[in-house]
Amino acid sequence: MTPTQRLVLRVAVALLTIVAGIVAIGAFDYWGMENYTQRKLASLRQTSPDVSAAVPASVSARSPAASRDIAGDPPHAELVTPAGAASGVRAAFSPPLESQIPIGEFGDVIRRGREIFVDTGRAAPAYVGNSLRCVNCHLDAGRLAGSSPLWAAFVSYPAYRSKTQSVSTFQQRLQGCFEYSMNGKAPPPNAPELVALESYAYWLATGAAVDPKLPGRGYSALAAPAQVRDYTRGEQVYAANCAFCHGADGAGQRSPDGVAVFPPLWGPESFNWGAGMGRINNAAAFIKANMPLGMGGTLTDQQAWDVSLYMNSHERPQDPRYSGSVQNTRSTFHDTDESMYGRDVAGKVLGATGAPRPFKPSKVPAR
Amino acid sequence: MTLSRNLSWVMFGIVLSTNVHADGATIAQQGAGSVVACQSCHGVAGEGVAAAGFPRLAGMGASYLQRQLEAFAQGTRSNAVMMPIAKALSAADRKAVASHYASMPFGGAAAMQSSTSAPRGAAQPKGGVAPPAASASAPTVGVTLATRGRWSDTLPACEQCHGPGGRGVGADFPPLVGQSAAYLAAQLTAFKSKARPAGPMNLMGVVAQKLSDADVQEVAAYYASLPAGGAR
Repeated sequence: MTPTQRLVLRVAVALLTIVAGIVAIGAFDYWGMENYTQRKLASLRQTSPDVSAAVPASVSARSPAASRDIAGDPPHAELVTPAGAASGVRAAFSPPLESQIPIGEFGDVIRRGREIFVDTGRAAPAYVGNSLRCVNCHLDAGRLAGSSPLWAAFVSYPAYRSKTQSVSTFQQRLQGCFEYSMNGKAPPPNAPELVALESYAYWLATGAAVDPKLPGRGYSALAAPAQVRDYTRGEQVYAANCAFCHGADGAGQRSPDGVAVFPPLWGPESFNWGAGMGRINNAAAFIKANMPLGMGGTLTDQQAWDVSLYMNSHERPQDPRYSGSVQNTRSTFHDTDESMYGRDVAGKVLGATGAPRPFKPSKVPAR
Repeated sequence: MTLSRNLSWVMFGIVLSTNVHADGATIAQQGAGSVVACQSCHGVAGEGVAAAGFPRLAGMGASYLQRQLEAFAQGTRSNAVMMPIAKALSAADRKAVASHYASMPFGGAAAMQSSTSAPRGAAQPKGGVAPPAASASAPTVGVTLATRGRWSDTLPACEQCHGPGGRGVGADFPPLVGQSAAYLAAQLTAFKSKARPAGPMNLMGVVAQKLSDADVQEVAAYYASLPAGGAR
């Protein structure tokens, strides 16, 4: 072999080695990716078990419950947006960053509004009668699309409401939250608490169009349940997915210093019968999108419907509009399949608890 | 006479030692059989050893502690020191020692106090509320994850389950405050890599998957920087 031939051979061997190396690395990389994908799929299967098999496809779709309020409008129309209107719940609008709250007096009031929103009982004790906070149902301090964000609500008022059979302003809507959801007392018009909440909502809506159909508004409505909603199935869903945080008795859980960390879902410390969350369709939509916390979308639609029925088949504080008789109050304010008020559950008529209790500010531990 | 008295003492001792196995305090202080006393690593007051990354046990929820011992015994939570210890204990022992530490005061000794005196991150909101005063400096990643979460990624704030100030909720959501940064970061990493079971409903598994390595360090450092005294 001549030196030239030897050189050519060495170069050829070296090239072959390099090529083989590249192929090997590529193959390893490919296998790695495949393993990764399989692991990922396995973990996805694990975190979101396919329960659809439990719902027989043969069951014909049930028409949505007669979700009509007395005025003929869907009750709490402002709460549930039609499915598709906010599909994917990725709203085009995003509120400004908290760090952009202006400095100065207006900024202080905006911050005060945020504080009331996330720590309602402590920041507005004169008007709150339970352990709930606004942020319990309007996640991420009222910022989260698909979780009834404040910015979308702000640009939706004034609006006609079937609930009040009148045109309500944003402040009047807030008053309703205190009266029903907080089982409290409506702050008087232009009370500092309302001004602060309105300022916070206005600021969150910076740049949003005045538009009652803004994507991300309210909670996205669920399709009608495939099977008739069922209490017993709901109870099972609750035990498996909700009770660990909210308690088997629905009373929620408090921190050692008394803060209601997991909100009470029924009972004396929860919202009263007049609240929007007491409607099965509203709660089902919220639950499907947001519960368990951080794992929204993992329950099936049917599970969300069943567990919402279960939650709203428990006793809670009397509707402040109580007219003296449960059946009369039902026919005036709850004449819909979305409310269990006045219905018989396990031998007891829900709402048959007499006149509303006089308002008592909830005890919130000092910080 | 002397012999029978001595014998009765021996008998008494035997009776005592058989009872020892169900006594959580004794296991904690003296160990049981091949099991070393818990306090040799976790401290006399159950306060842990921050520098070594040994966690605080005092004042944690009983069901939480018991679940961890069961996981070590079954090998689903991986730790070279704790696995053989948990295995050597009977189920009754694990339950007893868990309730023993659950009943100890959380405050314990000040051994866990971090060298950092001020909480990390501007404007530490104790009850999840930012003080009205305008804070010019941007909050750190740690304080944001702890008190606000990252909802663009459907990531709840730590305190939405672990309570204001990370002081824990009920028997199942352990306090985060009072643990060292090393321990907290190691656990979040273990949740991510599945070296530690994600717990009920895979709650921590879902959370940990959404945290970057930098997030883990930041949030662990934040909770380690909070004063632990009187947390419970």
